[in-house]
Amino acid sequence: MKIAYYPGCTLKTKARNLETSALACLDILGVEYEELPRWNCCGAVFSLADDDLIHMIAPVRDLIRVKEQGQDTVLALCSMCYNTLARANDLMKNNEEKRDTINRFMDEEPDYFGDVRVVHFLDYIRDDIGWDKVKEKVSNPLNGVKVAPYYGCTLLRPGEVAIDRPDKPGVFEECMNALGAEIIRFPMSAQCCGTYQVLGNPEAALKVSFDIIKDASSHGAEAMVLTCPLCDYNLGRRQDEMIEKYEGAAEFPLFYFTQLMALALGASPDVCHFELNRDITMEFLKNKNLMAKVPA
Amino acid sequence: MPVNISKSGSDEKLRQRVKDISGQNFQKCFQCGTCSGSCPMTEHLNVFPRRVMALLQLGDRAALEEANTPWICASCHVCMVRCPRGIDIPKVMEAVRQLKLRQNINRIEPSQMDKKEIEKLPQIAMVSGFRKLTS
Amino acid sequence: MATVQEETNVEVKAKLIPIFIMGKQYEVPESLTIMKAMEYAGYKYIRGCGCRGGVCGACSTVYRKPNDYKIYTGLACQTVVEPGMYLTQIPFYPALRATYNFFDLEGKPDEVFELYPELFRCVACNACTKVCPMDVEVMDYIAAMKRGDIKAAAEISFDCIQCGLCASRCMGELPQYHIAQLARRINGAYLTPRAEHLKTMVANIEAGRYDEGVSGLRAMDTEMLKKTYQEREMEPATAGEDWTPKDNQYL
Repeated sequence: MKIAYYPGCTLKTKARNLETSALACLDILGVEYEELPRWNCCGAVFSLADDDLIHMIAPVRDLIRVKEQGQDTVLALCSMCYNTLARANDLMKNNEEKRDTINRFMDEEPDYFGDVRVVHFLDYIRDDIGWDKVKEKVSNPLNGVKVAPYYGCTLLRPGEVAIDRPDKPGVFEECMNALGAEIIRFPMSAQCCGTYQVLGNPEAALKVSFDIIKDASSHGAEAMVLTCPLCDYNLGRRQDEMIEKYEGAAEFPLFYFTQLMALALGASPDVCHFELNRDITMEFLKNKNLMAKVPA
Repeated sequence: MPVNISKSGSDEKLRQRVKDISGQNFQKCFQCGTCSGSCPMTEHLNVFPRRVMALLQLGDRAALEEANTPWICASCHVCMVRCPRGIDIPKVMEAVRQLKLRQNINRIEPSQMDKKEIEKLPQIAMVSGFRKLTS
Repeated sequence: MATVQEETNVEVKAKLIPIFIMGKQYEVPESLTIMKAMEYAGYKYIRGCGCRGGVCGACSTVYRKPNDYKIYTGLACQTVVEPGMYLTQIPFYPALRATYNFFDLEGKPDEVFELYPELFRCVACNACTKVCPMDVEVMDYIAAMKRGDIKAAAEISFDCIQCGLCASRCMGELPQYHIAQLARRINGAYLTPRAEHLKTMVANIEAGRYDEGVSGLRAMDTEMLKKTYQEREMEPATAGEDWTPKDNQYL
């Protein structure tokens, strides 16, 4: 069964490490996927104005592309894209009046009725592949790795598109445990990193991100896994600013969970493009002896 | 911060407009404060979410104008999943933002962004930032 | 009524149809292009008219048809008038072009993002593609540019004639055609493969490989030149892939 794959803009440039590592995992797990041949930026955020339909056009167009490709499931890696596509899909499925207006507006596209299934990598693996299959394929278990799972906002809220219980999510735990790693729970694991406020109020975004990193490391985590390029920017790339500004701030390894998953499943480190992560991640991997066993 | 409670101080047009744009009935809010308690951005706000709802209920346009709340809100939706009255608070915040943005007043100016910033930022930062903070 | 007097003095009447130019009705011959029809109606072009051949983008026209809400566009020099056509010209639509020194660029997507941050305001409404008179898939090349694919943006925007209609309809206020031009410039300068055989040939010429041959030809008189030309060895029309001339001195 083939699924459609929706990358999103950032995964082709700055978050290439998320894409290549995730696709390597899908290959090892035997999932057949095909990137949508013609797609546009989904808009990254779901428009919250009730009377605004123009901002729905972008994600709905991508869902139409899925149908054009003959698929009924589309997988997203970036959690912001997942959230936007899923919410737009729900709107088209449930709101008859808005669906009608949107279909009428897009007169150059076939009508769409919300019948595509939108999934994120994590819930697709959990529901359609199963963690047991993942465990079977682990050839390089992440022994001794203590990671904090960072869910962020868009995977768990609002409830209609949540891939897990918003108050007590467990899907990251299940994933990391299947790979042999130990999960460190921490209170702020689903707290917002500031997202787009990096543009509007960079200091506010920096502070909330710093609080999250501090919380994770003070609970014993040695690294953090996430699934969104903007979270990666706020929590990871801005660590230089954190170190400059806040006492007690230090370098903290950050991974896309698919990078660790790819290593655990025996993929070559090349597909993980660790050069796009912070330098400290390579040190961390070497200390944990995770690079040694991987075939060249 | 004093709050005006007088018939002349209540801007009915404002309340109706926010109701229309958000599709939410903020009259249902009974000021429990769960939203303020959940909001991750409170240390940067001059008016907490609970109070914003109160100001809307009272139609206090002047006080609402001074609140930086809608501009610091990151649409994280924690308030929405916890609101006991089921009010979609992020939608209300979006409506208050749109009151300004639809007058063609941008909160941030794309053309004035620092080029070095743009070089570092992932594309989704700009896509989402422009959608939320520009008209 | 228009008449065309032929030599045999037969009156030939061209069929006239009504069109509306900027809201005013005119009767024009039905076979004319919009541009010729406007001139027939008495308009004189000093701007908004260029090559008259469909490639310069000066004469972009927007029109509607009776009982039809849709917006139609076309180049005035290429589009034939229709009865009831309701038109105006948009010879120029302001679109901000970033100032840059091309040779300071390295051809990276980030540079395009820095010069045109409004690129991220695109909402994929497709108004641009719908309005393009050259059928360029504008939304698609903007989408390609957003994800950093300069090559695709350059290839998709190839037929653009910079008429400006896309920018006039854009919700996000992007200058699409300026962004596309930058993409094509970067693609041509940095991304397309270089013609290595051309480089080799130029090097050979400069090294003097053909000097003797050329000076030999130059030294010939007209008769000798004619004889040499007529007796030259030509590749037969049905030659296979591996044919080579007898004299391969200059290959």
